[in-house]
Amino acid sequence: MRTRISWFQASSIAWGIAFLYLPIAILVIYSFNASRLVTVWGGWSLRWYAELLHDEAMRDSAWVTLRVGLLSASAATVLGTLSALALVRSGRFRGRLVFSAMVYAPLVMPEVIIGLALLLLFVAVGFDRGFWTITIAHTTVTMCFVTVVVQARLMTFDRSLEEAAMDLGCPPLKTFLLVTLPLVWPAIASAWMLAFTLSLDDLVIASFTTGPGATTLPIRLYSQVRLGVKPEINAICTILLAVAALGILAGSGLAARRERGREEAARLTAKL
Amino acid sequence: MTLANRDDVDVMRGETAGRPLAGRSLGARVIVLVPYLWLAAFFLVPFLIVVKISLSQITMTQPPYAPLFDAAAGWEGFKAFLAALSLNNYEILAADTLYLEAYLKSLEVAAISTAMLLVLGYPTAYGIARAPRRLQAALVMLVILPFWTSFLIRVYAWINILQHDGLLNQVIVALHLADHPLTWLSTDTAVFIGIVYSYFPFMVLPLYSTLERMDTALFEAAADLGCPPWKTFWVVTLPLSRPGIVAGVLLCFIPIVGEFVIPDLLGGSSTVMIGQTLWTEFFANRDWPTASAVAIVLLALLVVPIVIYQHQQLRELERGR
Repeated sequence: MRTRISWFQASSIAWGIAFLYLPIAILVIYSFNASRLVTVWGGWSLRWYAELLHDEAMRDSAWVTLRVGLLSASAATVLGTLSALALVRSGRFRGRLVFSAMVYAPLVMPEVIIGLALLLLFVAVGFDRGFWTITIAHTTVTMCFVTVVVQARLMTFDRSLEEAAMDLGCPPLKTFLLVTLPLVWPAIASAWMLAFTLSLDDLVIASFTTGPGATTLPIRLYSQVRLGVKPEINAICTILLAVAALGILAGSGLAARRERGREEAARLTAKL
Repeated sequence: MTLANRDDVDVMRGETAGRPLAGRSLGARVIVLVPYLWLAAFFLVPFLIVVKISLSQITMTQPPYAPLFDAAAGWEGFKAFLAALSLNNYEILAADTLYLEAYLKSLEVAAISTAMLLVLGYPTAYGIARAPRRLQAALVMLVILPFWTSFLIRVYAWINILQHDGLLNQVIVALHLADHPLTWLSTDTAVFIGIVYSYFPFMVLPLYSTLERMDTALFEAAADLGCPPWKTFWVVTLPLSRPGIVAGVLLCFIPIVGEFVIPDLLGGSSTVMIGQTLWTEFFANRDWPTASAVAIVLLALLVVPIVIYQHQQLRELERGR
């Protein structure tokens, strides 16, 4: 659609964007506030960041959260890619309806239900709660998001490339590794990123499935946020925002370079 | 070509339609079975356990419910176990208006905020879809970006603004819109603001993806035939964007009904939603059977929208093949 943009459209976009970014901007600005009173501006300062450095509990939680995130995102990416292949490529197998129901339900299912159900499972089988139970829980939920992302890429995939490889005698597994995987790789990478951030972000499911010694960052933040606004929380939120922003920048930088590479390749082929 | 693994080739070509899983090669079976078994173990089985515990009684033991199923007791033990199950917890849910009110409040909040999201999200999605092509990707990125930051942080950001001496009240007093600070936090308004803020991308993205795919020739045809722009929107654009509207509404409505964090942090005692009730039953009262019954009833309320959502997702999948 390439009609000229009207005043109404421009302003509705602008309002939408302002609504999305203003609260975050305010939070970041107030993390540099020198005053302990969160509503009074006392000048710029890095005081609360310095105080965070000495907060051992916060550091421990950050480490637990990071480990859960890395592990569950990687497991979810493998499982989610397999189930995307199953949904798009395996045709109609017995139990496909149940399978797709199990894949799509966690996307919308309220988190309190998933958290409770998983906890009761871990109690029923006598599994000690802690790091591993959170990791399993996050893997289960995030693999469904991975499935949707990878599935979208597989559906627009040009199958003739695989067929050409196989007609030329390439065995299926090798075709998958040498043709399919490199082509869907960007989708798999962004699915991993999505799974990772969902895991870092999760409070409800982690609260249900956690145990002693495995307090994730959102759980610790939540218990402090309930007590009200504190400049230290603003500071830690700002750090988390910066980490997320860096991740996104790195991701889009990679995408841009890939795009340039592709253009370069197209130019070269045109010359030939 | 080596024909030893004919089935693998079929899977790669999507030619295995309708065949039973058992007749396929190892590779094809692994692709389906590994995620299948994982989801069955960690998604399906847990729900059966929730159903079972919702029929149990609260006890002072660890785990805090009875009866426990003892496989060693054999058939007699199983019969005794079945006999000890009861619908008691559901009777409690029906008898106490506290639960009924929480369910109704959740449905009400979800319905109103989903309507607000649609009204706010549609113009944004429409604006992006009609923007120049080269700007579209950047605008979509701008809408998704906050979604990559923590949910908790975004809700917390609003506490900063809405608290008694927060920025909103400072602005209001400075502009003489009111002579004393107003109460924002712990009200329904705060809950609606928090929900609309947090779910905004979930509404905009499905709307954008249908609006963007729409054939512009249709609008030109309508305009050529003398249809005024507002009417074109009403009789062409809106009906054609129905799949996006349905997806966006369901993607927001279903999780909002069970929302916990937003009403807990921004809402007051008048906005107790069912997610909070479940949380309190479980963590504060340690009443696992009642918490399970609350979860099962919530699931029963949401089963119709969830099935519609899945049906739509599957149809998208079939269409894309």
